[in-house]
Amino acid sequence: MSSTTTTTKDHPQLAAIFNRDEPRVNWHDETLWWVRAKRDIAAHKLPEWELLRETASQIKNNVLSNLSSYLEQFEANAIKNGVIVHWAANAEEHNHIVHQLLSERGINRMVKSKSMLTEECHLNEFLAQRGIDVIDSDLGERIVQLAGEPPSHIVLPCIHKKKEEIGDIFHEHLGSAKGESDPKILTETARQHLREIFLTRRAALTGVNFAIAQTGEIVICTNEGNADMGAHLADIHIASMGMEKIIPERKHLGVFLRLLTRSATGQPITTYSSHFSKPQDGKEIHIIIVDNGRSIQLGREDFRNSLKCIRCGACMNTCPVYRKSGGHSYHTAVAGPIGSILAPNLDMEKYADLPFASTLCGSCSNVCPVKIDIHDQLYKWRQVIVKAGYTPKAKTIAMKGMAFTLASPTLYRAAGKMGRWTFKHAPFAVNNGANPWYKHREMPKAPEQSFGEWYAKRKENKK
Amino acid sequence: MKVALFVPCYVDQFYPKAAIATLELLEKLGCEVHYPKNQTCCGQPMANSGYEHLTGGCNNLFIDNFSGFDYIVCPSGSCTLHIKEHLHSNENEGLATEIRKRVFELTEFLVDILQVKTLEASFPYKVGMHQSCHGLRGLHIAQMTELVAPPFSKPTQLLSMVKGLELVPLSRADDCCGFGGTFCVVEEAVSSKMGKDRVNDHIAHGAQYITSADLSCLMHLEGILRRETSDVKVIHIAEILNHSI
Repeated sequence: MSSTTTTTKDHPQLAAIFNRDEPRVNWHDETLWWVRAKRDIAAHKLPEWELLRETASQIKNNVLSNLSSYLEQFEANAIKNGVIVHWAANAEEHNHIVHQLLSERGINRMVKSKSMLTEECHLNEFLAQRGIDVIDSDLGERIVQLAGEPPSHIVLPCIHKKKEEIGDIFHEHLGSAKGESDPKILTETARQHLREIFLTRRAALTGVNFAIAQTGEIVICTNEGNADMGAHLADIHIASMGMEKIIPERKHLGVFLRLLTRSATGQPITTYSSHFSKPQDGKEIHIIIVDNGRSIQLGREDFRNSLKCIRCGACMNTCPVYRKSGGHSYHTAVAGPIGSILAPNLDMEKYADLPFASTLCGSCSNVCPVKIDIHDQLYKWRQVIVKAGYTPKAKTIAMKGMAFTLASPTLYRAAGKMGRWTFKHAPFAVNNGANPWYKHREMPKAPEQSFGEWYAKRKENKK
Repeated sequence: MKVALFVPCYVDQFYPKAAIATLELLEKLGCEVHYPKNQTCCGQPMANSGYEHLTGGCNNLFIDNFSGFDYIVCPSGSCTLHIKEHLHSNENEGLATEIRKRVFELTEFLVDILQVKTLEASFPYKVGMHQSCHGLRGLHIAQMTELVAPPFSKPTQLLSMVKGLELVPLSRADDCCGFGGTFCVVEEAVSSKMGKDRVNDHIAHGAQYITSADLSCLMHLEGILRRETSDVKVIHIAEILNHSI
């Protein structure tokens, strides 16, 4: 399914590389399954869980149906609060706005808390090229940043790293003792390192979990308090938000806060759920509302409700393909099932492989706290991608041949007979390296007769 | 009760025993079973690969074969789900709609329509139940672990009627086996790893047989078991329910 015009590896290739180290795959799979199990325990403690999901889904449906008016309401209220609001049509505009805000104030160092939107926009690289140093303050993000890698998970950015590897990274970059892998000691090392950053950075960028139209305030959820540390100490707080982050009223927030972290990590709530409404005296808050393809997705009837996503990551933790292929195999900022329905909207050719990186098992749709029909959308993206011509020619030819054969009982019976004969008498024709099934699995044994043949004989004997 | 037996193409060709067991079981339970002989495939392999637009021929053939029955019963959750969700026809949408309402996976047919309470079956082995994803989350023949909802399982309800059968618990009750149609070859590495992990869960819990309401999963798991020269065997649930010593 690899694209013909790019040389980058696709999901099957990257997943195969990931699977060369089976003990590591087992470790990755078990770690994420443990998170899924924690989610189950947390969800089962709330008898009203399914009602909460339905409520959240309906609130978000309402938001998507009235997005422009909620955005205008949010903007008006934010401005009233003394916040400066910017609109960015795409990643480039977003990055330019951030750069301008910093350069106008002579700032060349910024601290940033977790924002998948800035990953999507490749903000760090953009600013680095312009001489601005960005330090990620979320512990997991800081680890992958030091390792020179993108996050592999939207909630657990360094879930693919073992503590010993983190110890090595910290030894190299932060001066921790060689061979130190005690999480408590490593966390303390990071804390001391980040404290100095928080105290010295004049600008802080954060993401946005929820933007409340009614009040113009934004809500940021973290476990480490790093968004608060950055934003409170800096002179300028820049908050980047995807335009779908809106919720209509404050009272709706409770529904989402109860769902978000239970779905993400099995905690009842994030340690910090901080509301930012107006800047402190002498300081600034800027909110950048980013489209970057979201309007297009909103216009795709089959895929619009992917914009309900609150980025909890539950679909990744439950996805057996994600667990056994790793976040980096999705080669996009948001990995896993949700990423696989979001990415083709941004670049259908580049991400043509992702909707196929699923067995359509449907677990994702059923853990999703806002009830996105993820696996149905994966199926629908496959249809769109094939029709757009982003599948290998050989596959299309094979499918046409198959469809032709299966539409004819005579051809089907002949092909079946021939196939079974081959399996039995010329197994080398299928049991070879050209057959991907055979690499790790035996082919089915071919019976003497098909059910159809057996049935015809039985009918004959009964006469 | 006129029942049409819908035998998925790969079951017809590679696992006729499961289809025979389904037929015999339905007859034992008093159904008048017909096997429309020109049936081939539900069209799912093309549709799940993104080629639903090529399934018109299969759809019309399916409608020709399966119109006019009280029920259509299939020993596969996945193929049943495909028909329920995707059988359409420009020429005969009325007939297609009728079929979509009348098609049932075997265990849901036995529990919901025939309301089977007892079975004359025995199978004195330790059995692991593999929930096929399409049966589970698509047809809802059992409760999935994702939802906060009362547990139930039509397949295990039936297995509990079988003498001597001991159902083994699993660490992961409903994780996918990794078959996924063309996924099993396109994503060969992940697919086979998923299958291997499912097999190991059953083996670790002492299963002698792995059963399921879907043979596509079992075909996948069997491929892995045989490669590992394991003694554990796969068996379709119809063969257990139809099994007597």
